Amino acid sequence: MPPSWNILDFEKPIAELDDQISEIKRITAERGEDRSEDVATLEADRDRLIEEIFANLTPWDKTLLARHPKRPYTLDYVRAIFDDYTELHGDKQFADDKAMIGGIATLDGRQVMFVGQQKGRDLKDRQYRNFGSSRPEGYRKAQRLMKLAEKFKRPVIVFVDTPAADVSVGAEERGISEAIARSMMEMSSLETPVVVVVIGEGGSGGAIGIAVGDKILMQEHAIYSVLPPEGCAAIIWRDATKGKEAADALKLTAQSALELGVIDEIVPEPLGGAHRNMEAAARNVKAAIVKALDEVEKLSIPKLVDKRYKKFRAMGAYAEKKSE
Amino acid sequence: MTPAPWFGRKAKSARKTARLSADALPDGLWTKCPTCGEILFNKELEKNLRVCNKCGFHYKLSAAQRLAITVDDGTFAEINANLSSSDPLKFPDYDKQLKKYQEKTGLIDGIITGTGEIDGIPAMVGVLDFNFWGGSMGGVVGEKVVRAMEAAIDAKLPVVMITASGGIRVNEGLPGLMQMAKTAAACGKLHKAGIPYIVVLTDPSMAGVLGSYGSLGDFTISEPGLLMGLTADRVAKQAQVIHVPDNFRRAEFALEHGQVDRIVPRRELKSTIVKLLQFCVREEKEDAA
Repeated sequence: MPPSWNILDFEKPIAELDDQISEIKRITAERGEDRSEDVATLEADRDRLIEEIFANLTPWDKTLLARHPKRPYTLDYVRAIFDDYTELHGDKQFADDKAMIGGIATLDGRQVMFVGQQKGRDLKDRQYRNFGSSRPEGYRKAQRLMKLAEKFKRPVIVFVDTPAADVSVGAEERGISEAIARSMMEMSSLETPVVVVVIGEGGSGGAIGIAVGDKILMQEHAIYSVLPPEGCAAIIWRDATKGKEAADALKLTAQSALELGVIDEIVPEPLGGAHRNMEAAARNVKAAIVKALDEVEKLSIPKLVDKRYKKFRAMGAYAEKKSE
Repeated sequence: MTPAPWFGRKAKSARKTARLSADALPDGLWTKCPTCGEILFNKELEKNLRVCNKCGFHYKLSAAQRLAITVDDGTFAEINANLSSSDPLKFPDYDKQLKKYQEKTGLIDGIITGTGEIDGIPAMVGVLDFNFWGGSMGGVVGEKVVRAMEAAIDAKLPVVMITASGGIRVNEGLPGLMQMAKTAAACGKLHKAGIPYIVVLTDPSMAGVLGSYGSLGDFTISEPGLLMGLTADRVAKQAQVIHVPDNFRRAEFALEHGQVDRIVPRRELKSTIVKLLQFCVREEKEDAA
C-alpha cells in the first residue's frame, strides 16, 4: 500500500477504489471465495473514473503529475528499455554529477549512447541526485559522452527530467551558463542522430541544455517550460504562490508543446499516468524511440545535421513587416 | 534586408534618455550615484560615459548610447529593423507590456543589430537594450541574433554582441526558451566558419542570454561590477540559496573563476574591442605573403 504522501489530491478517489479492490482481493483470497466478477466491476468503475479525471486535468495538475514522487525516472526507463547498459561516469575535468547519468547500452541489439537527468526516490537518494538539478560537470559529462557517440557513429538517446539546472554558488563558480550554452552548441552540430524524450519535468535552461535533437518526444503527462510555474509567478507577479495561474499561462503541457511546434510527438502514457503502469509506460517510450531512430537514421549525416539546425532555427515567434 | 537609416532613431532615443535620467532629481541637473551617494552633475556624467567619477559605478546604457560609444560615427547601418514580437502564448497582458516598452524606449523590440565600423574595422554588431523589457530574449531577439550571425558568415564580418539582459522573455514560454538553442546553434556555425566572435557583457547579463550566445564568444569581456549568472536572485531566493559570497554573480567573481577574459572599464571598452579585432581579422597582405 503506498503511503498517502505520494498520492495527489485528484488521485485520492482513485486510490480509495484501489484500496477497496485490493482489500476485497485479499479477503476473498483468505476465505477461498471467488468474487472476481465484483472485482472486475469495481476495476471497470475505477478505470472509468480515471478516464474522467484525466480528461479534465489542468496544466497545474499535469505539473504535479510530472513531479509525481512515484513517476518513473531515467534509470527506470534505462533498465526497462535497453537489453543491457553500462553507466559511464564523470566529466574527466572536475567531478561526476549524480544528477546527470549516461553510458552505453544496447537497444534491440543496436549500440547506443544514453544521457539523462536522474532524480532520487527517497529523501537520501534525492539529496544524492541533487533533486535532479544538474551541475556544470553534468552538462560537460553529457557533452563528453555525446562526442564519444559521434566519434564511434552511435546514436544518442537523451532523457530529460529536471526541475532546473543547479543554481548553487559552486555551479556558478564552475560556469553553469557556459556549460549549458556549449552543450547546446555541440549538440546542434553533433554528427550522429540524437533522439530526446522529455519524461518528467523539462525545466528551463536545465532541460534545453541537453535537448537539442533530431526528434523531440514528450510523454503525455510530462511538462516542458521556460521556468517552473512557481518561478514564473515569482518573476511576473512577484508571488511564487501563483503557480497554478502561471502553469495555465505558460502552456507547459505536452499538448501545448506539440501545438507550438517545439516537440515532434507525444508518447502516450498508460491510464492514470506512467507511475500506475511502469512496464506499459516503458514499452511506449521504447517504441517511440525506436520509431524515431529508424526515421532519422535514414538521413545522411550532413542532411541530418542541416535539418537539426533548421529545426531549431525555425523556432520562436516574430512578425516581419515587409518594408520598403 | 536593406539597411534602414538609424540616425533618426538615435536622436529620438538620446532625447528620451536625457529625460529619463532627469527624472532622478527634480531639476534634471544632478544624479545621485546609487553606490557611493556622490551627487553627479549630469553633464559631467555624460562626458564620463555615464560612469561615476568617484567610485567608478557604471550606469546602464541604452542600445543607442552603447552603439554611439562603440561604433564609428556615421558608419552604422541597421538590419532587420522590421521584426516585431508576436506573443506566441497569448500571455496575459503581453501586448500591453510590449506597447509600454515600445513607448518607453522608442524601440520595436529589445535588440539593435547591424553593420558598422569599429575604428575602421567593419563588423556585425548586436546590442541589447535593458530598458526594453529587461533586455529579454524572445522570438525577435533570437531571430535577429541568428540573422546577424548568418549575415556575418556570408559577408565574412567579425561579430560583436553586447549583452544586457535578464534572460529569456518568460512571457514567450517554450518558444522563448528555444531561442537559447537557436542562438547557440548559430554560434556553432560562426565558429565552424572561422568568424571572430566577441561578447561584451554589460550589466546585467543573466540566465538565457548568458546561458546561450553570451557564453560562446572567442573572447568574453565585461564591464566592472556587472551582475551575471544563470539565475536571477528572486528565483534563487525561491530555490533557497542562502549563503553567498559578497561578489557572487558579479563580473569580478566570474573573472576569478575563469569565465571572462578581461574586465574592462567603459572608457577602454572600444580600444579593447579594436585590439581583439586586430588580432583575429587578417589583412589580405598577411595571407598573400
